[in-house]
Amino acid sequence: MAFASRGFGGRPHRQRDERLPPGQYDVGSDWPVLTAEVTPRFSLDNWTFTIDGLVGMTHTWSFQDIRALPESRYDGDIHCVTTWSKLGTSFTGVSVDSLIAQVQVAPEAEFVLATSTTGYTTNLPLADLTGGKAWLVWEHEGKPLTAEHGGPIRLLVPHLYFWKSAKWITKFTLLDHDEPGFWERNGYHDRGDPWKEQRYQGD
Amino acid sequence: MATTTAATRGKSSGIKVTDAPAARGGSVGTSGAVQNTRWQQADVREVIRLSPSIVVLRLSLPARVDHLPGQHYVVRLTADDGYSASRSYSIASAPDDELVELCVERLADGEVSGYLYDELQPGDQLEVRGPIGGWFVWDAGKPALGIGGGSGVVPIVAMARHADHTGAPDRLRIAASGRTPHELPYYQELRDYGATVALTRHPNATPGVLGRRLAAEDLAPLMDGAATAYVCGSAGFAESISQQLLMLGYPQSRIRLERFGPT
Repeated sequence: MAFASRGFGGRPHRQRDERLPPGQYDVGSDWPVLTAEVTPRFSLDNWTFTIDGLVGMTHTWSFQDIRALPESRYDGDIHCVTTWSKLGTSFTGVSVDSLIAQVQVAPEAEFVLATSTTGYTTNLPLADLTGGKAWLVWEHEGKPLTAEHGGPIRLLVPHLYFWKSAKWITKFTLLDHDEPGFWERNGYHDRGDPWKEQRYQGD
Repeated sequence: MATTTAATRGKSSGIKVTDAPAARGGSVGTSGAVQNTRWQQADVREVIRLSPSIVVLRLSLPARVDHLPGQHYVVRLTADDGYSASRSYSIASAPDDELVELCVERLADGEVSGYLYDELQPGDQLEVRGPIGGWFVWDAGKPALGIGGGSGVVPIVAMARHADHTGAPDRLRIAASGRTPHELPYYQELRDYGATVALTRHPNATPGVLGRRLAAEDLAPLMDGAATAYVCGSAGFAESISQQLLMLGYPQSRIRLERFGPT
C-alpha cells in the first residue's frame, strides 16, 4: 500500500490547476530569486552573445544586432525545481531559432552548453532550444528584466525546470556530446523535464 | 510579433505516489558531497518546537547516506487520496550525529511547514530523500566564513557542529542575523560558538549582540584567510551580504550563495 502521511490533507486541491506539473505549487504573483552566485551588474551596451563550438563560423551579436531580429514573446508558465511554478506570465525577447538561423550548425551538433557572464553553465539538448521553445529575453510582463531575475538579458527555456534558463546569458557552445553544467555537475538532472519530475540525477 | 504558449500545457499531471527505483541513487558533486535521491521513510524520533515559528525534526533513516554540512533533504507529504507536496530543508546536524536533524521555519499558510510544525509527532513516519546538493557544502577542510540570516543559519549551524566535532572550530567563523532570538534558530548555540550575532528587531539590547543589521565593519574582521564565504538567507539578505563582501575586496568567485525565496 502506498505511503500516506498521518494527518496530512494538504491544501484544498480538488481543482488542482492542470498547468501545474507533478509536485509543483502555484506561487501566485511572487517570483522567488534563487541563484548560487553574486548578482552581476552589466549594461547591454557592452554585452555580446556568441554561438561557438560545432558551427561553420563563430558568430557574435551585439544587443543592437539582436534587437534588429524579430521580437518574440512567450506567454505561459515557468517551473522551478524547488517546487514553485509561476503560471500565466510573459517574457519578451527573440526566439533562439532566429539566432541559430544565422549560423551554420554542424550535423553532429546535438547538445548545447549555455554560459552566463558569471561563468554559470547549463547543458541542454539542441532540440530543446529550437522549434519555438526557447528565447533570449530582456522583458518580463512588459518591464525590463531586473538583475536578480537574470537581467538585463537571460535565456528562457520554459518547458524545462528554470535552472536551465540561464541568467545573464552570453554564450552557447554547440557540442556533439552532453557536457554537464554547473547544477548538473552538482547532482541535478541533465534534461530537467518538469512533467517527468526530472529534478536530480537518476530521476 | 510571434506569440507562443507553453507546449506542455494541459498534459496529464498524475501525482507519483510510489517511485520507480532510481536508476542511480547516488552521485558525487564537484565539492565531494555524495547525493542520494532514493526516497525512504524516516522514523521521527524527536520534534522540538524551538519557538513559535521554528521546529527541529530529528530523524532516523533506514538507508542513510552521509552528508556534508550545507546539503539538504527533500520532505514529501502524501495525503490519503495520493496528493503530495514536497519541500527542501537544510540539514542542521553534523555528519557524525546518529540522527539527521532538519530545521523547519513555519511559514504563514505553509502547506508543508505548517504540517511539520503543528501535526508531526515522534513515532510518525516521514518520507524523505537526500542528502542533496553539491555546491553549497563545506567539508571542514579549508578555513571558511559562514553568514546566515534567519532560517538561513541552519546550514551554517551544521558547519559549526562539524567544525567542532572534527576538532577544527577555528576553521569556521560565523556571522548570523535574525529579527529576534525566536526568529534565529540555534541562537544560543551560535552565541556559545562565538559567532557575531545581530538582532535587528529585538527591543532589548543584549550584551555581545549587535542591535542592528550586519555591516561591512562586522564582516571585515571575519573574512581574512577564509577560502570560501558561505552566505545563506533570503534573497535580500544574500544580496546585501554578498555586495558588502565584494566591497571589502573579497573575491566574487569565492562566495557561495544559498537563497531562500519568499515562498
